[in-house]
Amino acid sequence: MTESNQATIQAILTELKDKKGALLPILHAVQNALSYIPPESVPTIADALNLSRAEVHGVISFYHYFRDTPAGKHTVRICRAESCLAMEGGALEHHIKEKLGVDYHETTANGNFSLEAVYCLGNCACSPAIQIDNDIHGRVSPQGFDEIIAELGASV
Amino acid sequence: MSITVYVPCDSSAVSLGANRVANAITQEAQKRGIDIKLVRNGSRGMYWLEPMVEVATEKGRIAFGAVNTSDVASLFDADFLHGGSHALSLGLTEELPYFKKQQRLTFARVGITDPVSVEDYIAHDGYRGLKNTLALSQADVVKHVSDSGLRGRGGAAFPTGIKWNTVLNTPSEQKYIICNADEGDSGTFSDRMIMEGDPLVLIEGMTIAGLAVGATQGYIYLRIEYPHAYEILNTAIANAYAAGYLGENIQGSGRAFHLEVRQGAGAYVCGEETSLMESLEGKRGLVRFKPPLPAISGLFGKPTVVNNVISLASVPIILDKGGDFYRDFGMGRSRGTLPLQLAGNLKHPGLVELAFGVTLREILYDFGGGSATGRPIRSVQVGGPLGAYLPESQFDTPLDYEAFTEIWAVLGHGGIVAFDDSVDMAEMAKYSMEFCAEESCGKCTPCRIGATRGHEVMTDIVNKRDLDKNIPLLRSLCDTMLNGSLCALGGMTPYPVLSALNHFPEDFGISAEHHAA
Repeated sequence: MTESNQATIQAILTELKDKKGALLPILHAVQNALSYIPPESVPTIADALNLSRAEVHGVISFYHYFRDTPAGKHTVRICRAESCLAMEGGALEHHIKEKLGVDYHETTANGNFSLEAVYCLGNCACSPAIQIDNDIHGRVSPQGFDEIIAELGASV
Repeated sequence: MSITVYVPCDSSAVSLGANRVANAITQEAQKRGIDIKLVRNGSRGMYWLEPMVEVATEKGRIAFGAVNTSDVASLFDADFLHGGSHALSLGLTEELPYFKKQQRLTFARVGITDPVSVEDYIAHDGYRGLKNTLALSQADVVKHVSDSGLRGRGGAAFPTGIKWNTVLNTPSEQKYIICNADEGDSGTFSDRMIMEGDPLVLIEGMTIAGLAVGATQGYIYLRIEYPHAYEILNTAIANAYAAGYLGENIQGSGRAFHLEVRQGAGAYVCGEETSLMESLEGKRGLVRFKPPLPAISGLFGKPTVVNNVISLASVPIILDKGGDFYRDFGMGRSRGTLPLQLAGNLKHPGLVELAFGVTLREILYDFGGGSATGRPIRSVQVGGPLGAYLPESQFDTPLDYEAFTEIWAVLGHGGIVAFDDSVDMAEMAKYSMEFCAEESCGKCTPCRIGATRGHEVMTDIVNKRDLDKNIPLLRSLCDTMLNGSLCALGGMTPYPVLSALNHFPEDFGISAEHHAA
């Protein structure tokens, strides 16, 4: 682990480790800061909370949102749920995978985009929906997706 | 005097460009030297009109929608700030039939107020329920909730008053209130709209719950997919602390209640209350055996009230106007109102709060306006991904917990997803099994293995392989999942699967006669 990652994680642990049920808030803080939870940080986190490494690893692997590899510059999340499926969400999913050239849980070779599936963004009245980083987009057509990506200015 | 303009901050409105519209309006007003006050309200829930801009006039609030940034200059040209006529003008917001026909109790303020302003909240009848609560005994507060007939709006419809009473009567030095805001059911968004559009009603409801049962700490377990709600909730909580509505000494009463938002991490099963508590404790979200009930031994082993967002957000009006007032809405054992969420292939998707008893057909056509594509509505899933698919012949069922149980369906959290006649119901059944396999916590075998095998069998059925063998196999598997699973995830996945098979056998490659045999 790099020294700066080490320092980031230590600062997070100092701030949050005494909360009740601290593990999820800590993992969120680490992922927010580093875009992922480095596997080599698991022993440090486990030590601070008096947990076994297996317990910490088990939590990271249980939750879809946590990742143990660095995310791309942008993360695209496609809603795969029923309401979006009822509004051509399947065609949009197909288009996005083709456009980015990756499948779910993969990152483009240039490191610009990671692709993830999500089961409902709560944007069901504006289906189909996707999320790019923290921004949610509604009634997205394949062409609309291309425009959003172009606006981001990151090559595919 | 400045003119007040409203542009929603609701994340669905933002997903359609509301932030850009808000910026464009501010800039255009500056350019023209006009003094406006821009308020970022919640959404009125008429999503086909979002971004919907409102202007406060002498006659009332006038709506314009759906507004694009390119419309802003022409709106100013038409003097929309004084209600001038424009192609996007919709007239008085409250006179729009979709809105006017509703019975908004829980959503009374959503879209009207500035969501994070305590002052605005109080000006619109907020914190009256809390005021009454502080003057009542704990047992009387619980009695109001019991008398109201309120049942859990998260889906299970368990009487809220019974939960509260159990926690009240379980002695402990520490008790907890948990708000289940893991609104994972696809096709539902009413929790999100409350948290973004009127978070203080949820905060008030949780505070009342805490005072009623003797809990001093509350947690809102919020799904990670709601980043906007997270920010708005935290701002509203900070404002409530600053105004003395949260903390050690609520409104000088000497009584305490603290509140914190915790984020989930993308696990659907954490919407199940025992799994949610495991997650809050910092563990894998594995479902717990019941008993013990959470009301007796819940979070960190302490007595805990776990209620859904809408249940808790319905409490302030019950304590304001009394349990009887709320109970007078609804039918049978389904009392009060239900915020319905119209989604999927509908012309007018959105939020419709009505007393129980309206039929599905009225919702789909009178409010929803039929399908967005103009084709016939063939199938409707009610109650989230674990809810049954209903065919046209069942559209006259009234929205009532018991009436839905009778036709082997669930009302759940009130999500309604419509599909037109291009849908392949076998594909939807396959999807349900795939979803269950993806989201199973893995603790019980019927769900963990059953869903994976179910996905395989459904893949065979979709490919029309060995139907004579695979259809009975699917039914047998569903029977095991229904009766053998530990929680609703495995136990209810058969609802969408079997309802699709029973009502739409032709999509599974079998004739209706074959199916009857």
